[in-house]
Amino acid sequence: MNAAETVLAVERLDVEIPLATGVLHPVRDVSFSVKRGETLCLVGESGCGKSLTALSIMDLLPSRAQRRADRLEFAGANLLGARERRMADIRGNQLAMVFQEPMTSLNPAYTIGNQMTEVLLRHRRVSAGEARERAIYLLEKVGITAAESRLRQYPHQLSGGLRQRIMIAMGLMCGPELIICDEPTTALDVTIQAQILSLLAGLQREFHMGMILITHDLGIVARVAQRVAVMYAGQIVETGCVDEVFAAPLHPYTQGLLQCIPIPGKTPRGEHLGSIPGMVPSLMGTLRGCGFRERCPYAFADCAQDVPLVELGPGRGYRCRLTPEQTGANAAGAQVWT
Amino acid sequence: MSAVSVLQTRDVRRTFMLNAGFFRARRALHAVNGVSLSVAKGEVLGLVGESGCGKSTLARMLLGLLAPTSGAIHFDGEPVESIGRKALARRVQPIFQDPYSSLNPRKTVGSIISLPLRVHGVGSSAEWRPRVEALMDRVGLSPRLYRNYPNQLSGGQRQRVAIARALVMNPEVVICDEPTSALDVSVQSQILNLLQDLQREFDLTYVLISHNLAVVQHMATRVAVMYLGRIVEEAPTDELFGQPRHPYTRALLDSVLTPEPGLGLPETNLGAAYPNPVDPPAGCTFHPRCPECMSVCRTTPPVLTRQGEALVECHLYDSARQEAV
Repeated sequence: MNAAETVLAVERLDVEIPLATGVLHPVRDVSFSVKRGETLCLVGESGCGKSLTALSIMDLLPSRAQRRADRLEFAGANLLGARERRMADIRGNQLAMVFQEPMTSLNPAYTIGNQMTEVLLRHRRVSAGEARERAIYLLEKVGITAAESRLRQYPHQLSGGLRQRIMIAMGLMCGPELIICDEPTTALDVTIQAQILSLLAGLQREFHMGMILITHDLGIVARVAQRVAVMYAGQIVETGCVDEVFAAPLHPYTQGLLQCIPIPGKTPRGEHLGSIPGMVPSLMGTLRGCGFRERCPYAFADCAQDVPLVELGPGRGYRCRLTPEQTGANAAGAQVWT
Repeated sequence: MSAVSVLQTRDVRRTFMLNAGFFRARRALHAVNGVSLSVAKGEVLGLVGESGCGKSTLARMLLGLLAPTSGAIHFDGEPVESIGRKALARRVQPIFQDPYSSLNPRKTVGSIISLPLRVHGVGSSAEWRPRVEALMDRVGLSPRLYRNYPNQLSGGQRQRVAIARALVMNPEVVICDEPTSALDVSVQSQILNLLQDLQREFDLTYVLISHNLAVVQHMATRVAVMYLGRIVEEAPTDELFGQPRHPYTRALLDSVLTPEPGLGLPETNLGAAYPNPVDPPAGCTFHPRCPECMSVCRTTPPVLTRQGEALVECHLYDSARQEAV
């Protein structure tokens, strides 16, 4: 593996947020890397820390939150000590983000054209005319017809699907090396979702960007990503290439999640779906041991100890006390998840 | 259909008048534009379609919360207007999408679930608590939560409260409007399993509204597909998923992203834009997005035709065309 290909490397990222009632610890010991031209999906349920992980890379955490990491390297530059001015140069330039709600992330008081060209005018020495041309080019790229007239429109005049396309086009204005998409299709209809995801995957290949896609939908992960990191209670509990993780999940949580989703034509109709009993643990204070042990049907005494990430190969790892053979055998007898 | 139909709509329409602006004429939005449906006792009717297709408006009319502009809704053969709002509420109950906004934050769980009992004056206050606690236990809520407030509960627990509230009057029909779309995957499956068990136990009839086709396929016995206020295809679940007839149904089914790596992303061939419902396209309202659009589709609205066990509204299945083929 060529180190120069890696566009983002995160090692031992921790986020702590002091609250009146104690210290919230929503991201714990998170390590991953993204290569150029690769899509990594961060998947997990609400509150698992996937969005905060993204925000801490962008350095957009709430001001009282504290970020710690052993390493946070983006395109060869260390982001750990970077000042706000330096971050402002990187953000929207080499490192772009597309947020979940296109409704709230576009400014209702400015036209689309104004908001799109602002990014380029801020980061590049271009004329307003050149910026406009680039905006029109990208709007056409994301499949928007009559791009020129759209530039004069305001966000409220556009549908949700169009707004999300505009957010993506805006993210691409400066030709970023890494684009982080936080639930880009959650607010959209299934038919539009498929279109937006195809579009993202196509653009990512064309511009050879790295992409982090944050989602709670395992269907999206399976169809879009090359690699996946499953998050639970602030930690990455399993990571690997998509084919491996879906074919032979090692962490009991991943195994359980996959049993929860009905698959047309495969899940017998009328029968019970798998389900994971219990609730996610509180992320206040120090969490000792495996965060999943109270919901895990295989938990035993050792699970109360901290669980290290077991690395099985480059990019393949899981965080569980059981050996791969044991969890593999468990997955075969999937009746546990009822 | 031989089964007894418990809920029936005949050519139901609902039109909203929208203000287009000062000095401009108000414009009509046909949210539901001629829907005839029949829900048989004990079945689970899935209702699918994109946002804005009118499925929630239809649900509100079935609940008696909204009067149809024209057409008739019958419950057990009786027009709903003559049954009356309160009597109808005893027999048809809703479960809404968002358990964060459908529960009153200032009332306790016990008070929320027992409200229908109080409204309908069922039994005495001494009888309410045991009845509510038994039901809480049945839907998987610890009776200890009786005095808790909704903000002390998780999303899954809140949805269980909403389910208990819907069932406390022993209704015959439950209208579930996106019951799991606000929930996480692991909680979603718990709620779906519960809904399925309760349906068998209490002999309930469900109308399940969802945009998640995998959920509908798992739960429903029959599925109706809505597009711009009309039902464009209706068939038993296996038939609809095995042999979708309407091009829109096919596109919807293709868009389902199952967790199967290697399949890649589907190409739906639908034009990007969902049409403006205030200004629907002429002819078949689906024609601008249809990959199989013919010249007749641009001018003439298709009529409902029976195809085996399915009903479909598409010119591809016109009898004249069938003969020509």
